[in-house]
Amino acid sequence: MSAPLTASAGTAAIARPVTGFWRRALRHRSFVLGSVLSLFVLGAALLSLVWTPWSAYDIDVASKLHPPSASHWLGTDVLGRDIVSLLLVGARSTIMVGVIAVGIGLSFGVGLGLVAAARKGWTEELIMRMSDFTFAFPAVLSAIMLAAVAGPGMVTSITAIGIFQIPTFVRVTRGSANAIWAREFVLAARAAGKGSFRITIEHVLPNILSILIVQATIQFALAILAEAALSYLGLGTQPPQPSWGRMLNDAQTLLFQSPMLAVYPGAAIAIAVLGLNLLGDGLRDLLDPRLARER
Amino acid sequence: MSEAPLIEVKDLGVTLNTSRGPAQAVRGVSFALRRGETLGLVGESGCGKSVTALALMGLLHESAVISGSIRLDGAELVGLPDAAYCKLRGNRISMIFQEPMTALNPMHTIGHQVAEPLLRHTGVSATQARQEAIALLDRVGLPDAAKRVDAYPHQFSGGQRQRITIAMALACQPDVLIADEPTTALDVTIQGQILDLIAGLVAERGMSMILISHDLGVIAENVERMMVMYGGTVVESGETDAVFTRMGHPYTQGLFRARPRLGARKGTRLKTIAGTVPELADLPAGCTFADRCTIAEARCRAALPAVVDVGAAHGVRCIRTDVSMAAGGVGA
Repeated sequence: MSAPLTASAGTAAIARPVTGFWRRALRHRSFVLGSVLSLFVLGAALLSLVWTPWSAYDIDVASKLHPPSASHWLGTDVLGRDIVSLLLVGARSTIMVGVIAVGIGLSFGVGLGLVAAARKGWTEELIMRMSDFTFAFPAVLSAIMLAAVAGPGMVTSITAIGIFQIPTFVRVTRGSANAIWAREFVLAARAAGKGSFRITIEHVLPNILSILIVQATIQFALAILAEAALSYLGLGTQPPQPSWGRMLNDAQTLLFQSPMLAVYPGAAIAIAVLGLNLLGDGLRDLLDPRLARER
Repeated sequence: MSEAPLIEVKDLGVTLNTSRGPAQAVRGVSFALRRGETLGLVGESGCGKSVTALALMGLLHESAVISGSIRLDGAELVGLPDAAYCKLRGNRISMIFQEPMTALNPMHTIGHQVAEPLLRHTGVSATQARQEAIALLDRVGLPDAAKRVDAYPHQFSGGQRQRITIAMALACQPDVLIADEPTTALDVTIQGQILDLIAGLVAERGMSMILISHDLGVIAENVERMMVMYGGTVVESGETDAVFTRMGHPYTQGLFRARPRLGARKGTRLKTIAGTVPELADLPAGCTFADRCTIAEARCRAALPAVVDVGAAHGVRCIRTDVSMAAGGVGA
């Protein structure tokens, strides 16, 4: 039994679990690597707001398809735009799509999932069957459908990706919330006179937060992939707004002439997705309550 | 004696929806409790004690069907909408749970959890609630309450946590306290302290208490009246002293014989009650105890026996009290 030990460690040892969290976090390899890669992408996006080596929108056909040089570090594309600048600005739209799409999925999905777990009965049934229904459609296919109706563009792709994040969050939330509802402290809270709304906010949500953070990180990576796929198909971000998916598309026709044009955006996407996945894995380990309780 | 009962339960029945079909978890439970009185519920696991408690708290699953009547100060609680019940729970009726390790939310400080019912049911400010929480934690014997009010549940031992849940339950000075096996999960050395604490608080605040336990010793020492439950029905009820002096029901007698005793001769075997508790989903038609009873006869199995008065307010649900009580009552 560790409890009496903990108690006898005395009042001085009442440390928030947070300090322990950072100590363990810095020792966790995939968490560190994932954070570095994710911060790298985020830094690139932020940097593009204040500075890019060249304008990402200026076309200079005379200097098209330059190899890497001192003035164009990674060379230029078929329209003479600077690759580094395109990648930096492209990171911006990637992150924006990811954040908004995950935001949509998170707010609706978690809300519906919590309602399903709190209400049970036909409400739960309805919500879960609806998310099954949404789940049954391949996301990209539905995005194409939506683009056909609403016209291609960033808003369409964000909406489509966001909507298809919802059912994942509904399932994860409802599953973990149900487990919390079955705990005795929830019964004790009800015995103290709390209604299901208060219990959801004060007891269920804080206890499933770590699961949701991990899930959001992984969904972020999926959203980035989906955005790249849609832009590659010409349904996402529209020119002249740079995007990694579009850059891949542009490079396709020149694959034998200048293959590096496809490698750069591909590597950028890979770094972002890998970074977020590693971060998610790391967070999963670090936020696991069983490990966090250990001292 | 003329005072109206604080809580009055009449013919309470609970049918639970289980995977094996509807189960009559509680049948025909009736009792009345005046302010300041204490009542014990004894029985094995699955006899309906906890279901009775949850029914009083209105905490049973929505699919459970409750019949009969539960009155608190004359107001009917059966069928009360949940919003109205929320105002009573933690305020006028409180409950202490069996498992202090899981009855506290690991994410919140204990001060927050004790202050919560105060903020919810009384109009005090956050600072006042915190002061009150510290005072409560101090009263339930938590050492260094003022310093430890911001600590998390995992930093306390089982006994300390049970003290914290008691503080939570008592925060709003409830009229009725239901303690569901409050010491079962604790070390034996702590059990006595916690029971004394509860008994002290009950006397100090003039609360009524319903103490649920499977331990006859705990019941004998802590309550004025007791009810023995078996298979969802009350098989014997009365003043604790009266029941222990003249046990009327074969089940009560069996339960008493089955307790281990200090000072028994070495090699003495514990008496057991043969057989197992009946499934609530398919209870026998007659006396629920008939299959395990040594003096059961055909008419025991025909219909549920009525309660027979064997003394002042001492009732036994058995048609063979003439035999069971003549045989010496407290056997062996």
